[in-house]
Amino acid sequence: MAQDKTTAKKVEATGLMGWIDARFPLTSNIKNHLTEYYAPKNFNFWYFFGSLAMLILVLQIATGIFLTMHYKPDAELAFASVEYIMRDVFGGNIIRYMHSTGASMFFVVVYLHMFRGVIYGSYKNPRELIWLFGVAIFLCLMGEAFFGYLLPWGQMSYWGAQVIVNLFATIPLIGPDISEWLRGDYLVSDATLNRFFAFHVIALPLVLLGLVAAHIIALHEVGSNNPDGVEIKQNKDKKTGIPLDGIPFHPYYTVKDLVGVVVFLIVFVVIICFAPEMGGYFLEANNFIPADSLKTPAHIAPVWYFTPYYSILRAVPPVMNSQFPGVAAMGLSVMIFALLPWLDKSPVKSIRYRGRLYKRWLAAFVVSFLVLGYLGTVPSNVWGHFGAWMGGADRATVIARIFTVVYFAFFILMPWYTAKDKTLPVPDRVVG
Amino acid sequence: MKKLILSLVFLPLIAYANEAAIGVTAPIDATDYASLQRGARAFVNNCLNCHSANYMRYNRLKDIGLTEQQIKDNLLFAGEKVGDTMTVAMNPQDAKKWFGVAPPDLSVEVRARGADWVYAYMRGFYRDETTPTGWNNRVYDKVAMPHVLYELQGEQILNHETHQLELVKPGKLSPSEYNAFVGDLTNYMAFMAEPAKQQRKNIGLWALLFLGILLVLAIKLKKEYWKDIN
Repeated sequence: MAQDKTTAKKVEATGLMGWIDARFPLTSNIKNHLTEYYAPKNFNFWYFFGSLAMLILVLQIATGIFLTMHYKPDAELAFASVEYIMRDVFGGNIIRYMHSTGASMFFVVVYLHMFRGVIYGSYKNPRELIWLFGVAIFLCLMGEAFFGYLLPWGQMSYWGAQVIVNLFATIPLIGPDISEWLRGDYLVSDATLNRFFAFHVIALPLVLLGLVAAHIIALHEVGSNNPDGVEIKQNKDKKTGIPLDGIPFHPYYTVKDLVGVVVFLIVFVVIICFAPEMGGYFLEANNFIPADSLKTPAHIAPVWYFTPYYSILRAVPPVMNSQFPGVAAMGLSVMIFALLPWLDKSPVKSIRYRGRLYKRWLAAFVVSFLVLGYLGTVPSNVWGHFGAWMGGADRATVIARIFTVVYFAFFILMPWYTAKDKTLPVPDRVVG
Repeated sequence: MKKLILSLVFLPLIAYANEAAIGVTAPIDATDYASLQRGARAFVNNCLNCHSANYMRYNRLKDIGLTEQQIKDNLLFAGEKVGDTMTVAMNPQDAKKWFGVAPPDLSVEVRARGADWVYAYMRGFYRDETTPTGWNNRVYDKVAMPHVLYELQGEQILNHETHQLELVKPGKLSPSEYNAFVGDLTNYMAFMAEPAKQQRKNIGLWALLFLGILLVLAIKLKKEYWKDIN
C-alpha cells in the first residue's frame, strides 16, 4: 500500500487534525482503510457477511458486558441469576436474547462468509493468510460458543459440557488427565463453571479481537477478492494508480453495507422478539431445567452450529473399543478447512470460471454438510433401522457415514479434481 | 444459489413441527387476563404448597391486570410481601423423604416441557395400585406426584385395551369444567415462565417499524451514492 502515490500526498498540518496527525497517523489510517482503500466494484450479496460478522462481534461484546453485570458464575446461583436477568433486570430479557440469538446468528453469518470464500476462491494466493486467520477465528468462535453455553447452567449446558470435555478423555494415554485438567474437577462442577466463565468473558474475546484485527490487516494489505476472482490491482489507472475496477470503501461500501446491516437487524429483531428459542434450536427446552449431575437427559445434542461435526463424531465407529478415531475425525473435519489454499490446484479462483467437476463436488459437500447438520440434532435411530441384510443398523448412522466420507472426499480429492477440471477463461477486468 | 442460502437460513425452522406425541393443545392466550387470573389463583391454592416458583415475584401479577391490593388480599396467605418471590416453606430434604424426589421449581416449567405437555399432564392422572401414591400419569410414567386435583377431576383409570383414560368416579367439576380449570392453570404457568413475553413482542413491533423506515432511507442513500458507478 505504501507504494500508492495517494498516501504520499501532503496532509493538513494545521488545526485539530493537523495536531493529531503530527502525533498519530489518523488521517493516513482513515485513507488507507476507508476512503482510499479500493474495493472491487462488483461485490454481490455474499459480500455482506464479513461486515455483519463484525457487527455481531460488537453486539456480543456489548450485550455480554451488560450480562456479566448481573450474571453469577456460581453453580448454586448461575441458573437463578439468568432468570433474574430475564425478569428483574430492566431490559434484561432483550439483552439476554440478543446475546443468545447473536451466538447462533454469528455462526449463520460466519458459515455464509466462509462459503463465500470457498465459492469465489478467496483463500487462494495471495490471500492464504487471511484464510488462515479466518479459520483461527472460526475455531476461537467455536470455543467461545462452547464455553458460553455452560454459563446458564441448565441441563443441556451441563451435559453438553460433560460430553465435549469427555471427548478429550478418549485421547490415548494422556486423555483422562487432559479432560480432568480442563474441568478442574472429576466432573463438571463449580470449578468448571468458573473457569469457563473466565475463558468466555475475557480469554477468548481477547484472542478473537486480535485475530479479527489480523484478518482485516491482512485483507487490506492484499486487497479484497471479488466474484470474478480477478485481481483489480493488475489494472490500475496510469495517472492516479487507482485500480480501474476499484471504488473507495467509504462511502460506497459503507452505504451498501448499511443496507445489509438493516436487513440483518430486521431478521435479528424478528427472532429476538418473536421466536427467541427458534423452535428449540437457539435455546433448548432442556436448558430451562437446572443442571443436575445425577440426571442424564435422554437425548443430548449440541446446539445446531456444532451438529455437522457431532454427526461425524457419531458416524465413525470405535476402533478397538476406543472412541478416539471419531474424536480425531471430528477435529479433522473442522481443521481441514485450513488446508484449502493448498488443496485447491485450480488455475481460476471464482466458481464462475470453474468446470462442472468442481461444482458437483461442491454441491455434494454442501448437501453432506446440511444432512450431517440435521442428523446431529436428532437421535441416531430417527430414521429407524435397516433390515437383517444390513445387520439391523440405524439408517441414520449409515447415511451419516456415507456423508462423512463425502465431506472428507471433498477436501482429500480436491487436488485431483481441481487440477483435472476444465476451467473457463478468466476476463482481465471484472464483469459484474 | 439463492435457494441454498434460504435453506441454510431457515434450516432451524424445520424444528417447529415435531411435538405431536402429547395429543392435546393447551388453550394458551396471553391476552385473556381473566383466564390468567383464575390460573394464578389455581396455582397459588394448589401447586404452591409443594412446588415453588422461586423466580416469580407476586407483584409481577400486575402484568395480568391485578392491583397490588388484589394480590395482597387474594394471593398472599403466609405473611409474604408483595415483592417476594413464590417460595414454599417445605424443606426440600423432607420433600425428598416424603415423595422420593423434591418437587421441582415450576417457574420455567412450561419453557422446559411445553404448555401442551403441562396441560396433558394435569389431565393425565389415573389410578394405578402398583405405584406408591396409587396414582400414575399418562404423559409421565410412574411420576412421584400424587393427583392433587382428584377432588376436582374425579378418578380416571387407564383402559389397557383402548389406551384411553376413563372417568370412573366423577369429581366436583364436569370434565369440560376441569379442562377449563387446568387450561387456565396452564395459561398462567405459560405466563409465569416468561412474564415479559408480551413486552418483547410489543418492543419488536416498534423496532421493526423503525427498521423498516431506516431500510427505505438506507436503500435510497445507497442508490444515490452508487448512481455514478456502472
